[in-house]
Amino acid sequence: MSAPAPSMYSPAAKAVAEKLGLKMGRANLEEFADTLLALGRTDRNIVAVTSDSRGSGKLGPFGQALPKQIVEVGIAEQNLVGIAAGLGSCGKKVFAVSPACFLTARSLEQIKNDICYSDHPVTVVGISAGVSYGALGTTHHSLHDFAVLRAINNITIVAPADNHEAREAVRASAAHDKPVYLRFGKAPLYHLPAADTAPFAFGKARQLRAGNDVAFLASGETVIHALLAAAHLAETAGLQCRVLSLPTIKPLDTEAVLTAVRECRAVITAEEHMINGGLGEAVAGVIAQAGLATRFKIAGIPDEYTATGSQADIFRHYGLSMEGLAETARGLLAGS
Amino acid sequence: MPTDRELALKSLRYRRSVLRWIKHAGAGHTGGSLSCLDILNVLYNRVLRVSPATFADPKRDRYIQSKGHSVEALFVVLADCGFFPESDLETLCGYQSDYVGHPTRHVNGIEQNTGALGHGLPIAIGSALASRMDDAGFRVFTLLGDGELAEGSNWEGALAGAHYKLDNLTVIIDCNTLQITGRTRDVMNHEPLAEKWSAFGWAVRTIDGHDYAALTEALEKPLEAGKPSCVIARTTKGKGVSFMEDVGKWHHGVPSDDEYAKALGELDAAIVKLSGGAR
Repeated sequence: MSAPAPSMYSPAAKAVAEKLGLKMGRANLEEFADTLLALGRTDRNIVAVTSDSRGSGKLGPFGQALPKQIVEVGIAEQNLVGIAAGLGSCGKKVFAVSPACFLTARSLEQIKNDICYSDHPVTVVGISAGVSYGALGTTHHSLHDFAVLRAINNITIVAPADNHEAREAVRASAAHDKPVYLRFGKAPLYHLPAADTAPFAFGKARQLRAGNDVAFLASGETVIHALLAAAHLAETAGLQCRVLSLPTIKPLDTEAVLTAVRECRAVITAEEHMINGGLGEAVAGVIAQAGLATRFKIAGIPDEYTATGSQADIFRHYGLSMEGLAETARGLLAGS
Repeated sequence: MPTDRELALKSLRYRRSVLRWIKHAGAGHTGGSLSCLDILNVLYNRVLRVSPATFADPKRDRYIQSKGHSVEALFVVLADCGFFPESDLETLCGYQSDYVGHPTRHVNGIEQNTGALGHGLPIAIGSALASRMDDAGFRVFTLLGDGELAEGSNWEGALAGAHYKLDNLTVIIDCNTLQITGRTRDVMNHEPLAEKWSAFGWAVRTIDGHDYAALTEALEKPLEAGKPSCVIARTTKGKGVSFMEDVGKWHHGVPSDDEYAKALGELDAAIVKLSGGAR
């Protein structure tokens, strides 16, 4: 018997979530699989391609219900993406599903050439992304995927923060007719409050909390921690912090970024990604090229041998938990 | 259906055009374009159910050139089939031209952007699977170089093609035995080639890749029901120009003015001989 994974949320963070009335949802991976199955039932051109990953991708029910709409390629990620491109070239709306760590590294050339350069309607779905497989080591981490895909033309990069964003991102991808990268973790996630009622759209930020002290610009599974940090800072320090979920890393919602910079005293980005080349550097580029300056910090995984442990351990270690992000905010405002 | 003699005449003219445009652009993959030309000639003039009029038809046959560097051969054949005016090749490799040094879908008639090796077969498998899913009945062909076979993705594809029993899929290997560094067998040996594909579960036929009748017979229908086809075309790099044949330096060699004149002289003489007068 292995010990249960340490909780992603400290007792203090759980208490803040409770005060906010947040309800625990499920893993985005499960939301993805159910949404895809619903889409596949009504559109026989929806096809899933897996590399011995239908179990980890929660696609067992999809395969059982729609056996003619799933292609298994075995443990062969290059073949996975190439076959997905070939299907996409012949009118299929393809979802190529594999752990993000392999998919965006081993088959990067196939993503670049066969899907993006050739412009086929394939959604590349990186599952168990970031440090979801924390304890399995660096082979199983994807902390490079935003950076490498940002440098490739013709792909939308999406890291949903909760089940709502995951569901809408899958639907939007199926309707998009262009290359998309979706990134999902496997931990259950809180439902985020729908403070912003605008419909989900690629390239649009979603404001979860208003405020002008610190703006947290976060993506994917770090967003909840930014929201908890903002609530914690309101309670403990009287700070009013803005929280934006930026599910789309590319194209970035530059307007939301620049508005936050103009209206807030400091900006912190948060991402489950190496600080090189990810959301933070994308935001920094937007700010600098607009001729603006602000107190600014990128929270993410530094360029070092990654700490070992669970996803929760690694988030805590690198200051991506509620406590860590709140401390970064206080430090930034204090000018340290 | 053109006769063998008509195809032979086309090939001579294609070779002439390949050299003309490579000379004009000052760049190109001469040796490999000349080795695969007869294969493309037979595909486009006898086998593929595709034309400019049917290129948007979802049921058209697909040709994916995995050895993308031999794009000059493909351009010349597509132009002859009416996909675009051959004069478009005036811009080959030029600023803002769609006619770059590898195939792209910006050129009418081209199915896939290729150029990095080891990509065509998995894409072809996906297309063949789509054909089967939709009961569309189209066939898919992909052309690989023999040097390209060192790319591991080909062998992932070799497994999958056989696993899915894709008898609507044909791999053609332009086996010219040379790659940029030297003899393929010295760089990274892939022989025995027929035995390898056969062991993976493919129906295999080895032919002379410059023999129109043999190419037609191997390509006009699947070799065997329930298995993907692998046609190993034994070819000569630089085929058709005496001093380019089987010489490694012509991999991407551009002929000098003298070499160009000599090569065209040889091809023109062959055209005159075959056509009995007019070029």
